[in-house]
Amino acid sequence: MNMNLLLAGFGGQGILFTGKVVAYSGMLDGDEVSWLPSYGPEMRGGTANCSVCVSDSPIGSPLVTAPDVLIAMNLPSLQKFENAVVPGGLIIVDSSIVDEKVKRKDIRTIYLPATRLAADNGLKGMANMVMTGRLYKETKFCSEEKFIEGVTKSIPAKKADLLEKNMAAIKIGMESGE
Amino acid sequence: MSEKVLMKGNEALAEAAIAAGCKHFFGYPITPQNELTAHMSKRLPKIGGTYLQAESEVAAINMVLGASAAGVRAMTSSSSPGISLKSEGLSYLAGSDLPAVIVNVQRAGPGLGGIQPSQADYWQATRAAGHGDFKLLVFAPSTVQEMVDLTGDAFALGDKYRMPAIMLSDGILGQMMEPVVMPKDSIARIPERPWAACGHGDKREHNVINSLYIEPPVLEAVIKARFEKYRLIEEKEQRCEEYLTDDADIVIVAYGASARISRSAVNAARKEGIKAGLIRPITLWPFPTKAIISRIGNAKTFLCVEMSMGQMVDDVRLIVNGKRDVRFFGRTGGMVPTPAEVLGELKKIKGGI
Repeated sequence: MNMNLLLAGFGGQGILFTGKVVAYSGMLDGDEVSWLPSYGPEMRGGTANCSVCVSDSPIGSPLVTAPDVLIAMNLPSLQKFENAVVPGGLIIVDSSIVDEKVKRKDIRTIYLPATRLAADNGLKGMANMVMTGRLYKETKFCSEEKFIEGVTKSIPAKKADLLEKNMAAIKIGMESGE
Repeated sequence: MSEKVLMKGNEALAEAAIAAGCKHFFGYPITPQNELTAHMSKRLPKIGGTYLQAESEVAAINMVLGASAAGVRAMTSSSSPGISLKSEGLSYLAGSDLPAVIVNVQRAGPGLGGIQPSQADYWQATRAAGHGDFKLLVFAPSTVQEMVDLTGDAFALGDKYRMPAIMLSDGILGQMMEPVVMPKDSIARIPERPWAACGHGDKREHNVINSLYIEPPVLEAVIKARFEKYRLIEEKEQRCEEYLTDDADIVIVAYGASARISRSAVNAARKEGIKAGLIRPITLWPFPTKAIISRIGNAKTFLCVEMSMGQMVDDVRLIVNGKRDVRFFGRTGGMVPTPAEVLGELKKIKGGI
């Protein structure tokens, strides 16, 4: 598996956690992984983003400047990173928050109303996991068994009761689309 | 073997220090090293250690001096502007022959600069950590695993040679998570410190820890003895990793995060038929002089890649001594070079040789 993933959105949407789930799952599946958050002043109340690399060889730069996959959970993130995606890459947009369309024609775009889908199913605040489910469906970045284990291990012990809800949100994402 | 876990560099380094038997930490907050102090503040009280957030960086480094003088493994951490504040204490530690580990999770300078990653404190760490004639051991991790492994080495070698050691990290390595295997606590072997100024129930002469030698001939002799130790360290403790250097026309020299990026560039260059290789210094002092010398024969050009305006390149030029072309490529101010940019430099050089 080789994937350079960039996740971006508002602070509080669970961008960093989503990245951790992907990195943990990849690691458990035997791949090299790295996770690097933006830690600049933009974190405070503005946009948060996170670079995740999953690779079968040692990872060079953990900073993803040309993502294969972009998860955009707000409009500023889409505007900032749309042009950075490699040709033939994938953008997954939370279309319940972003009402603009992707302009580029050389990449694949998925519009997923993750925030609305989460809220409709009593999983408010779990749009990030809906997006993660769809990301998994599209890229299969690790085996399903390791993915579930990765989610489980990423949730801190104190919040273990949230595992079920996280899994439910992931399922919604995995079953979305065709 | 312990389980592989995903950890932030800053937290992994803190945990490694604890595994190395460090129970005394004195710090002061600064981005991007805050997870390190936060981790110590959570963990040390639980294992009978001391975590103390000092009133300033100057206070913290002097508490480290006191703790080390009393015979325990002690550590402080900061980021670039905070390390500048510690320079007085670093000089006193060196002048008192005291071991300690000082972590610098570098950010961009000068001044308050910025909080993004940088390698612009190379000169400070290897040349000018404080006033006076002295050296510090300087380790340059390039993965989270090395943040762990080299922390153990920094404590061990610091004890062995009775001198402070710097872990020269940066914002990328501190903030990123990578898989890591932690050492077991039981591996920490802390040597006896018969020189320590600690309680002994009047059973021996008092030990005095001091850096003041008012008689010039005495001070000269002390410094000369210390430099004899430094010479021995330069002989025995140079460390680096070489990657595809055997047949390389162009040898990149890069450490820390820049070395990771350079390695990707080397791989990309090889695919395009450019014979590039990488020397990655793991110790910045002692600098891996022998490895560079051994490559002067087959390399046509050396390229230093740093997140600075060019600092380590001075050392490479001193070693190469005009025998080969030594180029530099860097980004600074918190900007991180991309593998594509480094590849571009390799292509430029290839075009010229």
